[in-house]
Amino acid sequence: MSPTHESGGIIPHMHPDFFTRRKALSAAAALLAVALGAGTVVPAFASTQLTGAGSSFDYPLFSKAFYEYSQQHSDVTVNYQSIGSGGGIQQFTTKTVDFGASDVPLNTEEYKRAEQAGGKVLQIPIALGGVAVTYNVPGIGRGLRLSGPVVVAIYLGKIVKWNDGAIAKLNPSLKLPDAQIIVVHRSDGSGTSYIFTDYLSSVSPEWKSKVGVGKSVQWPAQNSVGGKGNEGVSGQVRETPGSIGYVELAYALQNNMMYAQLENAARKFISPTVESVRAAAATKPGVNPSDFSIVNRPGAGSYPIAGYSWVMVFAKPSDAARAKLIKDVLEWTATKGQSIAASLDYVPLPANVQQEAKRVLGQMQF
Amino acid sequence: MGETVVGSERVAPQSLDVFRPRYRAGDRLFSWALNLSTWIYLALILGLFVVLFAGSWLAIKSFGLHFLVDSSWDPVAGRFGALPFIFGTVVSSAIAIVIASVVGIAAAAYLAEFAPPLIARPLAFLIELLAAVPSVVYGLWGLFVLAPLMRTVIGPAIQSKLGWLPLFSGPIYGVGMLTASLILALMIVPTVAAISRDFIESVAVDQREAMLALGATRWETVRRVVLPAARPGIFGACVLAVGRALGETIATTMVIGNRPAISASLFAPGYTLASVIANEFTEATTQIYISTLIGLGLLLFVVSIVVNAAARILMHTVLRNVEER
Repeated sequence: MSPTHESGGIIPHMHPDFFTRRKALSAAAALLAVALGAGTVVPAFASTQLTGAGSSFDYPLFSKAFYEYSQQHSDVTVNYQSIGSGGGIQQFTTKTVDFGASDVPLNTEEYKRAEQAGGKVLQIPIALGGVAVTYNVPGIGRGLRLSGPVVVAIYLGKIVKWNDGAIAKLNPSLKLPDAQIIVVHRSDGSGTSYIFTDYLSSVSPEWKSKVGVGKSVQWPAQNSVGGKGNEGVSGQVRETPGSIGYVELAYALQNNMMYAQLENAARKFISPTVESVRAAAATKPGVNPSDFSIVNRPGAGSYPIAGYSWVMVFAKPSDAARAKLIKDVLEWTATKGQSIAASLDYVPLPANVQQEAKRVLGQMQF
Repeated sequence: MGETVVGSERVAPQSLDVFRPRYRAGDRLFSWALNLSTWIYLALILGLFVVLFAGSWLAIKSFGLHFLVDSSWDPVAGRFGALPFIFGTVVSSAIAIVIASVVGIAAAAYLAEFAPPLIARPLAFLIELLAAVPSVVYGLWGLFVLAPLMRTVIGPAIQSKLGWLPLFSGPIYGVGMLTASLILALMIVPTVAAISRDFIESVAVDQREAMLALGATRWETVRRVVLPAARPGIFGACVLAVGRALGETIATTMVIGNRPAISASLFAPGYTLASVIANEFTEATTQIYISTLIGLGLLLFVVSIVVNAAARILMHTVLRNVEER
């Protein structure tokens, strides 16, 4: 199947609730009209339309970056569908899209399936993010300090009170209340959870063996609840005194949320910021699909919970002309386009990682 | 949910044979179209079942019937069980329909029988409007208004009186099974009220007049004549409402707490079949994981069918008993 998708995503979805019971007949007629008209209404693009699908984390960055790119290059538009990493990998493997995006690189099994479908797969880091630990402790404002082992113990359900000795030891100047801790986690599968559990696993062998790393895991704490999306977690934390949760960095910054300073590998307490996440990422220039974890990085200014999102393309797409366009778009997004990231509170890729991405894309053949 | 018009009174079928000789092409086309629209539904349901079954085959093969009684849910290790989700779905919907049927039927009876038309009409309109509110709005309201209220006011009040029951024990998170049930109840009350009202209003006037002529009060008339006569319709309304509660996804997800655990306490977090599918499907990557989530979809389908069938059987027994009395 050759990837020509001029009509992809053009027709808006109609929500079922849109129709009331009484309007069913006229609605059916309208639906029929849409169905009949669909073949002819599609506008003819003068430019080539590339398609991508996957990670919703990348979506704000992509939609702005691809818009800018089309402004500068009138021959290309990119249609990116934010359907989740799982869907992105699936559509990429079945070659329904030109590129896929995932919060975690393809694992061996997924890589093999993709390789069978379209040959060698190239994967490059495209977006960088961090995870902020947010809290709602009665009587405590900004400035709570936490360490890796303490966060692990809280999420394991071993520390259940805010005035626990281990937390008090890190915060001698704060008067911590005798309040129950309520642990909040993401209920939906998410790259944010992946990075967070990656961090917890790197800190604690017990977490690694008991729970592990994943976009969804079996959260062990008895005092835990799950919220859907960053907004679900932050809403839960805001409304529940005594709660602790984790959200994606851009979300925390945009909503001016309260976040904890975390102790990094150099034993410094670091706030989650664009700079501190970028500093952590810059310590690992050779990041690649089989060695991609950047949690708990060394360096005095490194924030310990960070991770990349990845884009995957076939090294030799069947359509040479398209291949060239794909390469140009992705290369631009991974280098020049990164300046857009900061305006969205995303972390721009460090210069050395941009160069690595460019080098990998250089292997594309057409 | 396909067709659930449980209570529609069947009009005595007029034999179409009388008209047969005068069938014209247009009539033929019309009846053919009607037939098709029914068969399409049947085909869709069958197709849905086949697709769900095929998609979940890997999970069915790997876990077997044990899947239904297993409570573990560990995507990292690939260990899956459906019990907490079945439990959450059935319990939240059951509580919701109990609350909603009482409130909804009472509201319908008030609107149809007692309220002056000046109040009844706008009120009825408002209730029907509530049915059209998108569920995410209910969810947001639940998360930001009901859940804090549950944690600070409703929960402690219940616990101070009934805390000795396991049903109301343990910490109150705000979100949880009870909050989700209340939101669901709120969402399905309009369905129960609006449809029940239509059926109550359609009860023949002479029946009421007969009862009143015998010296019965308004209340006695409603209780002993109107409601029993409208019972099949009201029952149908409740079945429709349960259908909506079982499949409700986003509102439930926002307030149920999303923990795959079975807890005696209604204050504890739970999880439903629809919620876990919505939560985890987009980011599920391994074959067995996806297959398991599709399997949960199949289970939801089966649960809906079982509940519908049970409701129908219940209704027929109730109606038969009424007739025999």
